[in-house]
Amino acid sequence: MKRLFKWGLKKSPWVFHLGASACNNCDIEILDVLTPKFDVERFGVVLVGSPRHADVLVVSGIVNRQSIERFKRVYDQTPSPKLVVAIGSCACSANMFRDSYNFVRPLDEIIPVDVYVPGCPPKPEAIIAGVVKAIGKIK
Amino acid sequence: MSIVEQIKDKFKDKVDVFVKSKRRVYVTTASREDGKEVVRYLFKELGIRMAIASGLDTRPGVEILYHMTADRDNMIVTVKVLVKKPELKMLTFTDFMPAANWIEREIHELLGVDFIGHPNLETLLLPDDWEAGVFPLRKKSFESEKEGIEREYR
Amino acid sequence: MGKQHIIPIGPFHPLLEEPEFFKFYVEGEKVVDADVRIGYNHRGIEKLAEAKTWEQDIFLVERICGICSTSHPFAFVQAAEDVSDIEVPERAKYIRTIIGELERVHSHLLWVGLAGHFIGYNTVFMWAWKYREPVLDMFEIISGNRNHYAMFKVGGVRRDITEDQSSQLLKVLDEAEKFTKMITKAVLDDPVLHARLKGIGVLKKQDAIDLCVVGPTARPSGVAIDVRKDHPYAAYDRVPWEMIVMEEGDVFAKAAVRLLETIESVKIIRGCLKDMPKGPIDAEVREVGVGEGIGHHEAPRGEVFHYVRANGTNYPERHKIRAPSYMNVPSFKKTVIGESLADAALITASVDPCYCCTERMAVVDPDSDRVLMTGEDLIKLSQKKTEELRSRKCF
Repeated sequence: MKRLFKWGLKKSPWVFHLGASACNNCDIEILDVLTPKFDVERFGVVLVGSPRHADVLVVSGIVNRQSIERFKRVYDQTPSPKLVVAIGSCACSANMFRDSYNFVRPLDEIIPVDVYVPGCPPKPEAIIAGVVKAIGKIK
Repeated sequence: MSIVEQIKDKFKDKVDVFVKSKRRVYVTTASREDGKEVVRYLFKELGIRMAIASGLDTRPGVEILYHMTADRDNMIVTVKVLVKKPELKMLTFTDFMPAANWIEREIHELLGVDFIGHPNLETLLLPDDWEAGVFPLRKKSFESEKEGIEREYR
Repeated sequence: MGKQHIIPIGPFHPLLEEPEFFKFYVEGEKVVDADVRIGYNHRGIEKLAEAKTWEQDIFLVERICGICSTSHPFAFVQAAEDVSDIEVPERAKYIRTIIGELERVHSHLLWVGLAGHFIGYNTVFMWAWKYREPVLDMFEIISGNRNHYAMFKVGGVRRDITEDQSSQLLKVLDEAEKFTKMITKAVLDDPVLHARLKGIGVLKKQDAIDLCVVGPTARPSGVAIDVRKDHPYAAYDRVPWEMIVMEEGDVFAKAAVRLLETIESVKIIRGCLKDMPKGPIDAEVREVGVGEGIGHHEAPRGEVFHYVRANGTNYPERHKIRAPSYMNVPSFKKTVIGESLADAALITASVDPCYCCTERMAVVDPDSDRVLMTGEDLIKLSQKKTEELRSRKCF
C-alpha cells in the first residue's frame, strides 16, 4: 500500500505554497512556474489551495512572530508523506533580515526542511529542480 | 505669491523657514498647535497633498516631520514639530486629514507618541502580543531600554 | 436588520485563523463593512537600515517588494543625493529612466494577468504572464537577475546598457506593445467587461484627495498627479509622453489607466534609447554628507517616498520609507462598502496591493467573527458573475 502511495506521489505532486513575510518575488517566481514558458502542469505538478491536499509544501519568506504558529499548524495539517522545500534565501537562512526585531528563528528550526533552493529569487528552473529533487527523496 | 512667501506672511514669527533649495523647504514650528495650523493651512487652503509623516527619536523629544508635496509647484515643504519627552503627547490631524490615520498609529506603536483625539490608536504593524513599553524605533543609546526581545518558541 | 449567514463554499482554510488581511462583513450579498489588517509582513526594515551602510541599504530596500523592486532604490538614491545636492551624470539619468519604465511594464502586465484571473479570463492571465517573460529576460541580460536588479548606486548606476542590449530591448518592446494594444482594445470594446467593471468600486475625487492616494489609484478618479510630471527627475522631462487621467474612478477606469500607461512607458523607453548620450555612468561619490534628503519616484503603484537624515557617518541616522500601497490601501474601505460580494475580490485587486496580500481575503459573520468564505471562494464568486453576465449578453 505504501508503495502505491509513493508511486502516486511521484507521478503527480500536489504543491501547496506557504508564504510568510516575503517580498513576493519568490511567490511570483513560483506562480511563473505555471505559465506557458515553464508550464509544469504538463508534468502533473499542480498548485492546490489547501495543505490537506498537498504532498509538497513550498515555503518562501522569513518567519516572523506573527506567522510562527501558523507554520507549525499548516505543517501538522499536511498529511504524510510530505516534503518541505524552502524557496529563496529568506526561507533558507533569513537573508539580511536576521537582525530584525520581528524575526524569530530560521525556518528549519521550526519545521523540518527537505530541500533548500537558494537564490534571491531562485529562477523558475531552479524551483522546478528543487521540487523534483524533493520527490526523488521519496525513493 | 510663492508658497514660502504665503507661509511667512500668514504665520510670521511662529515659524522658522529654511529654504534648502527651490524644491526643498523645511518649516520648523515652535509648538504643536502651530504645527497643526501650518499643516492645516497647507492641506486645506493651499491644496497640498501629504506624502507621509516621519517620526524620529532625538534626545529632547520625538521629531515628527510632515512632508507636504506641492505637486503644482515642484516642491516639498516639510513641517517639523518637536514632541517633548517624557510626555510625548501630540495632537491628531485626522480631524481634517483622514490620510493621517495610519501613520499616527505607526508612530504611536514604533516610537511611543500619544496622539490626542485619534479615533483608534491600536497596533498597525507589530504583532498583538508585542511587549508594552518597547518601542523599536527609539535609539537605544538614549534610554536604557531592555535589550532584545527574548522568548522561547518551542 | 435581516442578517443572513452565507453557506460556506469550499473547505476551511487553516490559515484563516490568523488575523486576515482583508476582512469583509456581509449582510446577504452586500458588503456592509470592511477592515484591513496589515503587519504580517513587518520585517523591521527601517530599523535594519540604521545599522547598514548607505550601499548596503540599497540592497535592503530592493527587497521590500519584489514586484516594484527597483522603485525603492530609485527613490532612496535620490534621497541620499538630495542631502548634498549630488549631480548625476546624464547617461546615468537615462539608464535609470529605462530601468524604471521597464519595471512599470512588467508590473502592469502582472496586474493585468491577476485581474484577468479574478474576472475569470484565465487566458488573459496566461498570456499576460507569458508576455512578461521577455521583459524579465531583458532584465537578466542587462543586470544579471530577473528581479532585484541592483542597478542603482548613489551617484549613478552600476551597469551600462550596450548597443547590442539596446537593439534587443527594442524588439522586446515591440512585442510587449503589440500585446498591450491588443488587450487594451479587447478590454475597451468588450461589452461583458463593460458590464462587469463599470460603476464598480468607485473612488470619488474628494475621497481620493482626503486620503492622499497616489498613482493609478488617484489618476482614474480625476486627481492628475504623477511624480514624473510634477517633480521631474532623471530623464522624464527630456522625452515626450502623456499622463493618463480618467474621471470615473471605477475598476474599469483603473484597468484602462494601467493599460494605457504601459503603452506610454514603451514610448518613454524608446525615446530614451534614441537620445541617450554617451559618457560616464557614475559620479563616484565618496560621502553622502550631513543633512536631510528626500527622494521620490513614481513606482507602478504610485509615489514611493524616502526620507533620510545623514550625520556624516557611513550609516543613515534615520531612513523613512513609505510605499505607495500605504496610502492607497485605506481607500479600499471607501470603495468596497455597499458593493456586492462577487465584486469584492476585484475591487481589492484594483487597489493593487502586493499579490501576497490580495490572497489573504475572508468573509466574516458580523456577530460571531466566524470566517464564512475564503479568498479563493471570493475569486470563484467573481468568476461566476462574469460567466452569468456573458451568458446573458449572448441572448
